[in-house]
Amino acid sequence: MTYIAKPRVFHPSLEKNELGLTRRDYEGVMSTLCAGCGHDSVTAALIEAAWELAIPTHRAAKMSGIGCSSKTTAYFMSESHGFNSVHGRMPSVASGANAANRDLVYIGVSGDGDSLSIGLGQLCHAVRRNLNLLYIIENNGVYGLTKGQFSASADMGSKSKRGVPNEQPPIDPALLGLSIGATFVARGFSGDKNQLVPIIKAGIRHPGLALVDVISPCVTFNDHVGSTKSYAYTREHFREAVEAAFVAPKDFVRPADEITADIGSDDVHDVRMHDGSVIRFRQVEGDYDATDRDAVYGYLRERQNAGEVPTGLLYVDPESRDLHDVLGTVDRPLWNLPFEELCPGSEALDALMENYR
Amino acid sequence: MEPTNVENPDYYHKVVDCQWACPAHTNVPGYIRLIAQERYDDAYMLNWESNVFPGILGRTCDRPCEPACRRGRVEDKPVAICRLKRVAADLRGDITPRFPEIPTKKNGKRIACVGAGPASLTVARDLMPLGYEVTIFEKNDRPGGLMWTNIPQFRLPPEVLWEEIDYILDMGVDIRYNAPVESMKWLLEQGFDAVFVGSGAPRGKELRLPGRYDTDRIYIGIDWLESVAFGHTNSIEENVLVIGVGNTAMDCCRTSKRIGGTNVKVMARKSKPYFKASPWELEDAEEELVDIVENHSPTEFVVEDGVLRGMNFDIVDWHENDQGRLVATKLDEAFFPAEAVILAIGQETAFPWIEDDAGIEFNKWREAVVDRTTFMSTREGVFFGGDAAWGPENIIWAAEHGHQAAISLHAYCSGEDIRKRPPEHMNLVSAKMGLHEWSYSNDYEYAGRRKMRHVRLEERLRSIETEVEEGFDLEQTLTEVERCLNCDIQTHFTGSLCIECDACIDICPLNCLTITHNGEEADLRTRLLAPADNTEQEIYVSEALPQTARVMVKDEDLCIHCGLCAERCPTAAWDMRTFDLLKPYAGQDADHPYSGMGIEEMAPGGFVSVAP
Repeated sequence: MTYIAKPRVFHPSLEKNELGLTRRDYEGVMSTLCAGCGHDSVTAALIEAAWELAIPTHRAAKMSGIGCSSKTTAYFMSESHGFNSVHGRMPSVASGANAANRDLVYIGVSGDGDSLSIGLGQLCHAVRRNLNLLYIIENNGVYGLTKGQFSASADMGSKSKRGVPNEQPPIDPALLGLSIGATFVARGFSGDKNQLVPIIKAGIRHPGLALVDVISPCVTFNDHVGSTKSYAYTREHFREAVEAAFVAPKDFVRPADEITADIGSDDVHDVRMHDGSVIRFRQVEGDYDATDRDAVYGYLRERQNAGEVPTGLLYVDPESRDLHDVLGTVDRPLWNLPFEELCPGSEALDALMENYR
Repeated sequence: MEPTNVENPDYYHKVVDCQWACPAHTNVPGYIRLIAQERYDDAYMLNWESNVFPGILGRTCDRPCEPACRRGRVEDKPVAICRLKRVAADLRGDITPRFPEIPTKKNGKRIACVGAGPASLTVARDLMPLGYEVTIFEKNDRPGGLMWTNIPQFRLPPEVLWEEIDYILDMGVDIRYNAPVESMKWLLEQGFDAVFVGSGAPRGKELRLPGRYDTDRIYIGIDWLESVAFGHTNSIEENVLVIGVGNTAMDCCRTSKRIGGTNVKVMARKSKPYFKASPWELEDAEEELVDIVENHSPTEFVVEDGVLRGMNFDIVDWHENDQGRLVATKLDEAFFPAEAVILAIGQETAFPWIEDDAGIEFNKWREAVVDRTTFMSTREGVFFGGDAAWGPENIIWAAEHGHQAAISLHAYCSGEDIRKRPPEHMNLVSAKMGLHEWSYSNDYEYAGRRKMRHVRLEERLRSIETEVEEGFDLEQTLTEVERCLNCDIQTHFTGSLCIECDACIDICPLNCLTITHNGEEADLRTRLLAPADNTEQEIYVSEALPQTARVMVKDEDLCIHCGLCAERCPTAAWDMRTFDLLKPYAGQDADHPYSGMGIEEMAPGGFVSVAP
């Protein structure tokens, strides 16, 4: 952690987005995480993505549970709404918030402890419901806040700081998500923002739950030789399955959205989401198809068995329908419905009951 | 790009913009920190070592450091470096016990200096501690040169001047007053081992226009100021025109306002952007209700029956011609009434006392031919410095010339090669004191530049002896010192330790850092997080990083040295290190620059207060 505040002085070339805001306007308070924590880079990637998407800061809600990861929400978008909830219960609180106000952008930040241990059931059902939420798991394989015990995502054989190997099998959030119907599954690495920022942008705009597993090394307890979640190990075993870029709807392509390959070349293809936005994929692996759930599942198993860390926007369902869509709720956020409409009174109830007689 | 070689003292020296810009390379952030710690004696000595006249310069310096100050690029106003120098001088105690010891047993070498101005005095200060016998020949009955004759007392109180000059003369300098050197050949016959000419640029330039010699009310600026300094002149007519718009013109018009001039106008041929005077001197003159008239080119002195009536001017407009030269177009004519005119249009060296056959070569403008490195003329053993060498500069340049000439004089008298200059070295010591503690104040001070308070106008114009600037008070000082960005606390990078976690890049408030693939400088400068457009500032490039073979690049331009990169670095690949330039002086071992100065170690002990 750091005692002095980041000075409010700016580079004169600092760009502004459509809202006239700079990246600095998307910052939060000073991080109190360990120096070099991967989570701070995820914060920086979130700031970059939100700035590029020009999200009005007062129209976003940051949701989190408990853990190092869950502190992250304090470190970006100070002006946004936020709820730091009970351990592992972020999905429930996010569900409630989202049910009441569907108009906000929901950004959930959790960790491997918060989501894969105590909150695993919560995570699974939020995925199933396809809550419209960016769900980031800052995954470092250890419980950092309680001094480095293995978490549920620690790989078999990965060694603790004291040299003891983990002997329990890991829960892989990407495979888990694919198996329970997630409509957006991605894996990134805190040390590679070029890949992570477009994934976060696509995830924020995804109509449904965007599950983003981010390998985010714990510099204090899990960045040693023998760890499979260290900076060095991740870089060595990193494998990009596919490169993705988010293209905003209405043909509005900003320079930040461009990717290097030409559109129309063989290895680039667009997946059009039903809100009109486009995810532009550039092939890295020959015939990788990010819309084929089973193939993606197979690919992940294969690469992970080969000891690699497959990354990228791994899977997306272009037909994704979020919770409100499935439930057929009104377009207007519930909080904004007049009392008479939300609660039409005993006569309306009686009329409804008549239907069941 | 090749990895940056930070072992070369020049790299980090350049990052300290003020110190790099200062001709004498005064350790500006170092002394500002000492002031912040209320160690005024140490701050004074750190100045005295390099610039010799801290009290004088704290009032009169031309301040090349301030336009260079990084703070001026981060916000609009630089740190008030010069004013802080004066604070150190004003608040110092008795520092004489710290002066270098003067050997009673001399080394047998005798040096003659011509003129007792800042250049000669610096030569004496550097050589006396080495056992030299230094003799200064001064034409006036007082030392100081132009510091005494040309800087009015309301800018530089005489007691400040005499005190700092006495520090040097009290080393046992043999100073001969009223002793103008009238013949170089004579001087060379007096048995000195070497001669230093520090006789300044004492001749004011003439303006040969019709009427120039028909009246005795047209004065040469520097001569007139000298006459005021010695008390020979103590009044001037009411309507005064000052021709020229350099710093001498400012001193002339402001002096006029104090001794009888009520309607004083400075007449400038060009427009404001081309004025030679320092902006702050212009401001001070305007504050004293001096009119500064632009674009008036003098054509004639109007003299009737031997009485000066005024001057005629062409009103002109300036524009650039095809060759990029400024040319004037006459728009109109104008007459300005005046009973006195002061010419302040420049000055030049004058060596009527150096014979043509004295072995000293002159160029076509009758300036001595002097080697830029060794300061030696074409005659062996005769050195030049200060304004005498290459024409008018300022005090701080004269001091630096003195240092360099002293190095040459010492080498010359020791039979060594004067072309072999002693190298500069540096100390680089970590400023880390604890987990989140650094040996400097790294919190950003948002306050703007403190404004110097001036004595009220009516009061100051009443007497030429009233110093205009009151100096900073404690509150102003404490704020201004915090505005310094501590550019000498360098961001030092050790690539082999970097794990490329991006923490430094994410935290840097001014986007100075980027990890990217190496390339040519021009290309690299465009690929950084914020483009490095200021090519006057270096970019640092690391060796290839261990995990990805990319490089860490830092654009030095706007780094505010807050230390957040080092604080957020998990492996101490980034460290904040106090850079201390070890600048060699005559006869000094560059590794021990403070020998004799009595300054406690600068770093990291700078924060440790010494128990009484």
